[in-house]
Amino acid sequence: MKTKITTALFIAIVISISAFAQNVVNIKIKGSDTVLPLSQKEAETFMKKNKTAKITVTGGGSGVGIAAFVDGSTDIAMSSRKMKMSEKMKLQDAGKAYKEVIIANDALSVIVNPANKINQLTREQIEGIFTGKIKNWKEVGGNDEKIVAYSRESSSGTYEFFKEHVLNNKNYGTAILMMPATGAMVQSVSQTKGAIGYIGFAYMETNVKALKISYDKGKTFIEPNVTNAKNKSYPVVRPLYYYYLTKDANKVKTFIDFILSEEGQKVVNEVGYISLK
Amino acid sequence: MIKFLKSTFEKLIEGTLFLSSTITTLAIVLIIIFLFKEGIGTFNQTPIEDGFSLVVNKNNPVNELTANEIKNIFDQNITNWKTVGGKNDSITLFNIDNIGEFYSDSAIGENFEFLPQCISDYTENNPGAIAFVTTRYTGKGFTGKILTTTKVNISQFISQKEWFPTAQPAAQLGVLPLILGTLWVSFGAILIALPLGLATSIYMAEITSPKIRNILKPLIELLAGIPSVVYGFFGLVIIVPGIQKLFDLPVGETALAGSIVLAIMALPTIITISEDALRTTPKAMKEASLALGANKWQTIYRVIIPYSGSGITAATILGIGRAIGETMAVLMVTGNAAVIPHSFLEPVRTIPATIAAELGEAPQGGLHYKALFALGCILFIITMAINLIVGYVSSKKKYNAR
Repeated sequence: MKTKITTALFIAIVISISAFAQNVVNIKIKGSDTVLPLSQKEAETFMKKNKTAKITVTGGGSGVGIAAFVDGSTDIAMSSRKMKMSEKMKLQDAGKAYKEVIIANDALSVIVNPANKINQLTREQIEGIFTGKIKNWKEVGGNDEKIVAYSRESSSGTYEFFKEHVLNNKNYGTAILMMPATGAMVQSVSQTKGAIGYIGFAYMETNVKALKISYDKGKTFIEPNVTNAKNKSYPVVRPLYYYYLTKDANKVKTFIDFILSEEGQKVVNEVGYISLK
Repeated sequence: MIKFLKSTFEKLIEGTLFLSSTITTLAIVLIIIFLFKEGIGTFNQTPIEDGFSLVVNKNNPVNELTANEIKNIFDQNITNWKTVGGKNDSITLFNIDNIGEFYSDSAIGENFEFLPQCISDYTENNPGAIAFVTTRYTGKGFTGKILTTTKVNISQFISQKEWFPTAQPAAQLGVLPLILGTLWVSFGAILIALPLGLATSIYMAEITSPKIRNILKPLIELLAGIPSVVYGFFGLVIIVPGIQKLFDLPVGETALAGSIVLAIMALPTIITISEDALRTTPKAMKEASLALGANKWQTIYRVIIPYSGSGITAATILGIGRAIGETMAVLMVTGNAAVIPHSFLEPVRTIPATIAAELGEAPQGGLHYKALFALGCILFIITMAINLIVGYVSSKKKYNAR
């Protein structure tokens, strides 16, 4: 009951604010922390070109963004995962039609400590490590050292993506360490000798080592870099999404067109993600 | 006239005071009601996401599966129906993503209009099949059997050992490792902070000169002003690698790291409050003790500490409260692996860290969301129990002293 009142109040405020500024572009974007830096940069560049436009970008996570989207308190939900069935059904129940746009791609790198002599792993080996079946580096050809596997929190879109595409939809092992942020993951991997983790491409730093990955049982190992990600030879690439209501299409069109334009896609590369073309 | 004004004024103040205390109480009660209302919603729900169901061949004797069995089936740890009480037949997992391997595109239909038919067919022809599909596909004309899932209940919630709230098809909600992790880290923190804090406050209240005390006290109070993220970052960069080297561990993110960071954070509370309590001991009592021939240490031990016992207890409660409820710093240094801890040198996951890390992405009103509120209820009950126990113990002690 209380949440309903607050939501109603919030919506009332949002409506009254938006009624004030009807003829200028005024867009609210909310959602994934992965997409956040990209949206911010895009909004900045866009607002420099269109002085009347006003775009507010806030993070909080993919689920937060989509929940706000369902409530109607944001115009665009940014997400690093596809919308879940339960969320789709909520939108359907509310009678809201929506559109999905992919605005950029992100490649995931599997990283280890630079002192680790392993340079490449197959998908099956990574699955074994993260499901807790492989426990020592010597089982995959490394030194006799315990493997310390780091994952992101289950709230992270990256967590879900890694599980779906690398672990073949199996669950993570229970002894996997969960890191609250990508920065913390890089820090921990860089200071733990037996560590292995995964991060978005944009976060790659010199104090950790990215592994080459094989998706064909060890025949070819592909290095994660921009060229390989763009020509799709690197297998772990995920799309980043924007969701908006069909009835808002006119309102958000100029901004989304800008992101998909050549100039907008240049910003994608600058921020460290993989442009669509 | 003036008298009348005065009395109205007094009434007004009284009213304001009454109103503010009522509002505060009401807010607290409302928060607690809200917390428990959402938390209790966890129970009697199926662990399968809304809009999905598990279907099997209609001749399969299995009717119901627990969340744990479902997870093990889909992780391919259980591969025979016999393990879950069915016939001796291997389990075939059916995934909608590779339906193309069994049916051509034309059989599925351009807009997937025949997809329900295909799934129905598939489960009919494969006696060992189990499929995880949306309920839209299991409407009329569906010939398979829809499995029911054991609902989440309190005893399971508390006793199970696996926490995978976002697992598909069935969420695993076992909070035992989280409860133990929270208690473990807080226990460690109190073990470190209480003796240290008590010693410091005795030193400051009784032993040192006012000059040093005037330097020490603001410094310690400064500790309370540092944001917890900063403590967390300090822990991650300094304490974690330190512990790793000191004990020669494969990983430094441990319960001990969390306990140390929390102890540092709880120290200012414990020191300031217990020092204030120690200083309230009447001078006459101290002097009487000294006059009877007791030395300084005896006076502290036999007179001052017992006299300020309730203040020290309050300090302890507030310290524990801070330790148990602290989120950010712990989230950064304990590794957050949801396993039952056996020593201080293992990663643990605490309840506040779990709530903070997961609430942001949990679909509102869903099972995961409610389960996090249930975790909040558990945390509330733990803190309340500790408060009650400490209160009870200290009241008893006072009675004995008299």
